Amino acid sequence: MKASVLQKPKAFYDKFERKGGSQLETTHYCPGCGHGILHKLIAEALADFDMADRTILISPVGCSVFAYYYFDTGNIQVAHGRAPAVATGLKRVHHNGIVISYQGDGDLAAIGGDEILQAANRGENITVFFVNNAIYGMTGGQMAPTTLVGQKTTTSPYGRKPENEGYPIRMSEIIATLEAPVYVERTALIDFKTINRTKRAVRKALQNQIENKGFSFIEVLSPCPTGWKMTPPDSQKWIEQNMIPYFPLKVFKDISDSATPFTYTDRTYSDSEVLNILGLSQLGERKKVDQSFLENFPTQNMKIAGFGGQGVLSAGVVMAACAMNENLEVSWIPSYGPEMRGGTANCSVILSHHRIGSPLTTNPNVLIVMNTPSLDAFEDDVVKDGLIIVNSSIVDREVKRKDVDVIYIPLTEIASRLGVVAAANMVCLGAYLEYTKIMDYKLLYDTIPIALKKKSLIDLNIKAVDEGVKYIREHYPRS
Amino acid sequence: MQRELIKGNEAVIKGALLAGCSHYFGYPITPASEIAQAAAYYFPLLGGTFVQAESEIAAINMVYGASGAGARVMTASSGPGLSLKQEGISYLAGAQLPCVIVDVMRAGPGLGNIWPEQGDYNQMVKGGGHGNYKNIVLAPNSAQEMCDLTILAFDLADQYLNPCVVLTDAYIGQMMEPVEFPSTRKQAPYKEWALYADDKTKSNLVTSIFMNTHLLEEHNFKLQDKYNEIQRTEVRYELLNADDADIVLIGYGIVSRILLNVMENFRANGKKVGLLRPITLFPFPIDIIGNMAQKGVNFLVAELSNGQMVDDVRLAVNGKSDVYLYSRMGGAVPSVKDIEEALSQYI
Repeated sequence: MKASVLQKPKAFYDKFERKGGSQLETTHYCPGCGHGILHKLIAEALADFDMADRTILISPVGCSVFAYYYFDTGNIQVAHGRAPAVATGLKRVHHNGIVISYQGDGDLAAIGGDEILQAANRGENITVFFVNNAIYGMTGGQMAPTTLVGQKTTTSPYGRKPENEGYPIRMSEIIATLEAPVYVERTALIDFKTINRTKRAVRKALQNQIENKGFSFIEVLSPCPTGWKMTPPDSQKWIEQNMIPYFPLKVFKDISDSATPFTYTDRTYSDSEVLNILGLSQLGERKKVDQSFLENFPTQNMKIAGFGGQGVLSAGVVMAACAMNENLEVSWIPSYGPEMRGGTANCSVILSHHRIGSPLTTNPNVLIVMNTPSLDAFEDDVVKDGLIIVNSSIVDREVKRKDVDVIYIPLTEIASRLGVVAAANMVCLGAYLEYTKIMDYKLLYDTIPIALKKKSLIDLNIKAVDEGVKYIREHYPRS
Repeated sequence: MQRELIKGNEAVIKGALLAGCSHYFGYPITPASEIAQAAAYYFPLLGGTFVQAESEIAAINMVYGASGAGARVMTASSGPGLSLKQEGISYLAGAQLPCVIVDVMRAGPGLGNIWPEQGDYNQMVKGGGHGNYKNIVLAPNSAQEMCDLTILAFDLADQYLNPCVVLTDAYIGQMMEPVEFPSTRKQAPYKEWALYADDKTKSNLVTSIFMNTHLLEEHNFKLQDKYNEIQRTEVRYELLNADDADIVLIGYGIVSRILLNVMENFRANGKKVGLLRPITLFPFPIDIIGNMAQKGVNFLVAELSNGQMVDDVRLAVNGKSDVYLYSRMGGAVPSVKDIEEALSQYI
């Protein structure tokens, strides 16, 4: 501890240029205020640790909103109560930085109550200095969450009443109950002894961060002669006689010695690593596709509907991916909101050589129904001469429309015979492509894996496609 | 490069990572949660940071911190979340911090429901928080643009030191379409004004407080100059079949997809209908609309909100031609037929 009390700490600016005006060597704080003392203790510590260059100090809303006038460090000013969240953002970018959240009682314990609790609970590797002076100083002496019972303020003119305002909140005690914080202490700024104790706490809290030990929280009982309408000596006495009995000075938690330091690894990633991680490296070049196939491709406005679990959504994904690989434009959208009718899960799939407008197929030219409610819900929507594929294992009625093409195929039965009921959707796609001939059904083989979580089932699903094709060849042969 | 069939919400995250975004802070909300989920999955794999914040307010303030620290950073949410974030967005705009905010709009007001709407137009395009500021607002209408405009958003945010919003809806977010991704990752640029926790940048100050009224007014004028420059140089839109059009349809996001069908169907019947799709909502394509209005072109504005964007169209038209509104709300998305019926009244 080589700092001299007679010297302005080196982590302060020589002149407070940001303050403006004529008095560039004094602070804006009132006589007897604790902020100046705490600022000095922090600045001395930063200078002694040679950490000022690496420090980013957060100026909160409150009397210390102008902390950036004084500290020769990186400075950022933030919204009321949000300093611990901002500190989180800063520290998560600069692991090597020393991030200080400096907050008052309204800022930290009222409007920012959640931010401080959650930053503490995450164990952010930051240092928080909490100035508790039991009042809102900046805005004119209003009640703070730490205002004592009976204490008169401009918004508790008859004295704080527990029945109306509750009791003063003890933040250190609350923070200390959390698992993650490594060091929580309450000190005061009223005499040589308490200031010295605060100095040690400040240094320890900063040292913890320098050593990457985690979250440290120092609450400082601090006089506010102006807000309390007292002389500075009376303010010191008032803290001793009224605040300390309610807010005891002590170390509430200290696991600094046993805390496992954070380790940070920073590395860069090559483009090929990035693409690989994002699952983009296997995409390769686009396939060469016969132009006449594209130009003659009849746009498919598909609706695939059934119970949840029948694979209607994944059937849509596989079909869309398959057509995409042939350089067609595709869209897939799951049943959503007002589209939901009759308790069915469904998806709209569009396959086209042309740019796709609305992805919603309100009037499909292909309707695949895996259950009866789906047929009930969508039969009337199908365009004239459209195609309806009916899962005749489950759908218990015939299609009423006479102006559409219909295929009845026992999808569930066929899939059951293969041992995988869930593959009924692939039986269906095989049948659909074999019947319409819009694409070679074998193209499905390549896209089946994207819709299957269990890769062991790929072969069975390919078999399911083949079974669908076989059924069409037997029952709906085309000349 | 071959395309990946991917949800718009997931394309946002792959696009963001390829744009050099290293930090994501967010809070889950339907229908934007796939963005947070994809971020939680991919960011750590690329050495980035994903933090699920305790609230939307905390999330946007974490964004504020990371942006102040020089990182490319983003968050995403939906209407109720964006309402909470407005305080932080005002601070970001005031402190001139770049970031990307994705809003996958759902229906409101209040809790509303989770289906698509565009009722956040005013709160995102007009500012939304306190003070005289604007966000740059991009409006994708496909999964491809969810990727491309997210990447562009990071560049514009850094160029103009301003929050940039990707304003989309539940359908564009939930829909799967083919997306072609860039094959290289951008590096986040070094930012001389930012705080890097080192001696070179320690004299930097990130702040939105100016106690002197003259200085704050000067700061405000500087911001307005910036918005004017953005209006002059960054307008983006798609214009189809406008040359001979009697009436031009205007819509963004999912609505523009429906309008494309409407326009094609009317054109097939010989009706002179055009389509203007704003890709930037701020800056709004004022000039092109004004020029068309001057020639007597009328407009049908379709939006999933109560006539929010139509106000901007009317300002651009300035009484020179007729402006009609087709408005749906509450998550009800019109069919092609619905809008065709509306359009038939005006043509």
